[in-house]
Amino acid sequence: MGDKTDVWQGTLALMVLKTLESMGSLHGYGIARRIEQTSGELLSLNYGTLYPALLRLEQEGAIASEWGQSENNRRAKFYSLTRSGRRLLEKETRSWEQTTAIVARFLAPSEDPS
Amino acid sequence: MNLIRAWFRRLRGIVPNQQRESDFSAELESHLQLHIDDNLRAGMSPDEARRDALRKLGGMERTKQAHRERRTLPLLETIVQDIHYALRQLRRSPGFTITAILMLSLGIGASVAIFAFVDAALIKPLPYANPTRLVDVAEHGVAFPRSNLSYEDFRDWQRLNKVFTSLDAYTGTGYLLATPSGIEPVPAVRITDGFFRTLGVRPILGRDFYSGEDQPNAPATTILPYSTWQHRFGGRGDIIGQTVSLDGNPTTIVGVLPADFEFAPRGNAEFWTTMHQLTNCEKRRSCHNLFAIARLKDGVTLEKAQTEMAAIAKQLEIQYPGSNRDQGATLAPLSELIVGTIRPILFILLAGAILLLVIACVNVASLLLVRSESRRREFAVRGALGASPARLVRQFITEGLVLVSMGAATGLAAGYLVMHLLLGLVSKDMLSSMPYISRLTLNSHVLLFAAIVSLIAAAIFSLTPVLRLPVSSMREALNEGDRGSAGTLWRRLGSNLVIVELAIAVVLLVGAGLLGKSLYRLLHVDLAFEPSHLATLYVSIPRKSYPKDEEVVVITRKILARVSTLPGVTSAAATSVLPTTGNGNTDWIRVVGHPFHGEHNEVNERDVSVDYFKTIQAHLLRGRIFTEQEDHSRPRVAVINKAFADKYFPGEDPIGKKYGGGDLKPDSIKEVIGIVDNVRESSLDAEIWPAEYKPYNQDSDTFYALVVKTSGDEKSLLPALVNGIHQVDPGIGTMDPQTMQQRIDGSPAAYLHRSAAWLVGGFAALALLLGVIGLYGVIAYSVSQRTREIGVRMALGAARASVYQLVLKEAGRLTIVGIVAGILCSIASAAFLRSLLFGTRSWDLQTFAAVVLLLGMAAMLASFIPARRAASINPVEALRSE
Repeated sequence: MGDKTDVWQGTLALMVLKTLESMGSLHGYGIARRIEQTSGELLSLNYGTLYPALLRLEQEGAIASEWGQSENNRRAKFYSLTRSGRRLLEKETRSWEQTTAIVARFLAPSEDPS
Repeated sequence: MNLIRAWFRRLRGIVPNQQRESDFSAELESHLQLHIDDNLRAGMSPDEARRDALRKLGGMERTKQAHRERRTLPLLETIVQDIHYALRQLRRSPGFTITAILMLSLGIGASVAIFAFVDAALIKPLPYANPTRLVDVAEHGVAFPRSNLSYEDFRDWQRLNKVFTSLDAYTGTGYLLATPSGIEPVPAVRITDGFFRTLGVRPILGRDFYSGEDQPNAPATTILPYSTWQHRFGGRGDIIGQTVSLDGNPTTIVGVLPADFEFAPRGNAEFWTTMHQLTNCEKRRSCHNLFAIARLKDGVTLEKAQTEMAAIAKQLEIQYPGSNRDQGATLAPLSELIVGTIRPILFILLAGAILLLVIACVNVASLLLVRSESRRREFAVRGALGASPARLVRQFITEGLVLVSMGAATGLAAGYLVMHLLLGLVSKDMLSSMPYISRLTLNSHVLLFAAIVSLIAAAIFSLTPVLRLPVSSMREALNEGDRGSAGTLWRRLGSNLVIVELAIAVVLLVGAGLLGKSLYRLLHVDLAFEPSHLATLYVSIPRKSYPKDEEVVVITRKILARVSTLPGVTSAAATSVLPTTGNGNTDWIRVVGHPFHGEHNEVNERDVSVDYFKTIQAHLLRGRIFTEQEDHSRPRVAVINKAFADKYFPGEDPIGKKYGGGDLKPDSIKEVIGIVDNVRESSLDAEIWPAEYKPYNQDSDTFYALVVKTSGDEKSLLPALVNGIHQVDPGIGTMDPQTMQQRIDGSPAAYLHRSAAWLVGGFAALALLLGVIGLYGVIAYSVSQRTREIGVRMALGAARASVYQLVLKEAGRLTIVGIVAGILCSIASAAFLRSLLFGTRSWDLQTFAAVVLLLGMAAMLASFIPARRAASINPVEALRSE
């Protein structure tokens, strides 16, 4: 498969999509924070990398954006999942689960005693 | 799907969009604000909060850049940027840009225009079904490699051959067409029934000739070319079945040919009829007046067909020794007959145009070199600021492409104009013998040619400056005092280019000189008659009104008498064939009392009236000229030319000697009564053949030419001549009134030589101009680079004369090397030209000397200007300016 960043990019896109699915509409900073929180602060995101990923998803039509007001009354751009984004999320989730399942099998402790 | 949508959105992002940019800035700003708010809430100081937010973001500008790259397609965007930059660069130096584009469009325009002609004549297939299987079929005699076929031989060939699917004959003829405005002679072709089927051409209206429609009992029918249908019959839909009067015979129109039909050997024909009525000539096996076309059977090669036809001819030779001795068969691809003569000229013109293009490219390349030289610092700076070498090279390539695209666009436009300009210059007569030329278009072949030429040019232009790209020596290039070494490098490469230009200019000039000299020789070839003040036209006597030969003689006398009374006319005469028309219309002779073995002694046969030699002012060398009284009732006499006397009466006095046909039939025996000079019956570039001149009183024809000598302007006499003849009998047809000089100048030989000479001359003039401009550029640049050196020299006491010498020596060296190289190339390529030269050797010293002188002087002039500038340098200022 592609190189490391590609994998990371794909994973980031999946995280963004999942976040938007559970949170509804959210701005970039909120998405970044939410990903960090969900990861249990294990992931430390370089926030700048989020924006090209968002733009890409928007170009592909998976998400839509709109300017709006944040909870503490700041103007911010809000992203939300589109119908095709939902489909993409389902597809990506399935493929990710499949991948992890396969990898998990390899990494599972061998049952052969020898 | 999504990927494609994303790609399109990114493509749209190429267009610089301020709104998108500011939108993202606002988004980032709000991101930072939200983050800072959080950080403040977490208890950081405002400064710390902001710093932390920026750190987590990973840098404002980097994020923006990443976003921007995702927004568009980076590669495409930089290409657009490069093009923008290239255009800005070109706009900044309009002098360079305009010169470069002009030169390129000149080179591309000229080569595209000539290539379009090459395409129309040589590349496009002939407009017949499967044209490569068509062959030209003819006989060959001792004197003619390709001669007319006799009707009876043709029918035997048709019957006996097994190599052709079909073999059909054609022969040019003329008819007197009855039109509402009177009798008009029209050119026509008589063919055998299957002619159009052999070509694979079907009429668009009506039908083709039936099989058997060329037999004696068949009714008179005709098929019209599209143009006749349009011009003479207004394109009427009900034309089929109508009758026209040809030579007074009602003839039914049975078909109309397609608009794109053409048959170059008889391009001017207005009517196509069948050979259903044989002429006297066609009833004799020894009389040759046809040509034939044939279609090869599948699997039969030209060589095989040639072998079989030769065998058939041999068989006929045995069968008919009297008429067929030495009459072989000759076959060639039909395309060879049609475009064979023009091919070498077109190739030479194409070569000339391409050489011109090379000069133009070299010139532009050297301009680019000069520019890249002065842009070394710019590129060094860009390199130092982080532009990768690949990016810099791409910039050069982009500039080259932009330049060539503009040059190609203007070049194509210029080429299109030149094409039509040249086509307009081709005379109507020439056009009817080369109808394929009018198929000239800016088609896919021509565009492909232009594209290839442009790509090569673009490659050259991108690579030349790249070679000079200061990739390795970036630091030195940044140095102010670097000029010396860079200048030397440039001079070496740039001056080599100038040598190439000068050499090409020499080749073209020599070519033009040789062709020009050939043309001069051709037009000043010894005619042995006086062409000035001669008006000529062809006369066609209607057989219906004058069925007997005696009546034709009488009406001819009347015409001559009437014409002689026109104001200014000093003398008038008739001849069966005008001088300079070409060798042909021959007679086979045998001298009485000389050994004879049945060989065909071919001599030009001309039937002329009594005053003919007086009218054209040909010299009578010995004996006398026949008189008006020598007619059918008197013994046959003939005047022969000097070549005849030399060839058939070596060492004897021919006067009083007798000769006749091969069989010495009593009615063919003629007595030689006089010898005239070798009047040029042949075309200008052909050799003089023996010729016999017989009194028209004794051998008259209904179609002949009038030659009229006038003391006034011969051109203005032509209409009066036509009127005068119609006063004698309005039923007499007149054709093609021209002065003798017009005929000579417009003859195919003169025409081809003239067009070749003028076009190559034009290329040579442009090449000279470009070459000299190139030399000037090199020397001027070199002087500008050496300003300081010259300043120092002068400050140290060098005289102005020595500065002149310094500059002129450099220019002289380049010029001499260029000229020598050019002369060597000319000698090497002279063989290429030989087929087009007349009376001029391909290593003509006079021409070479003239070219060397011309180019040398032009080069001196070009280098004198910069030398003068160098010599007038003020040493103080030159040193201060550094």
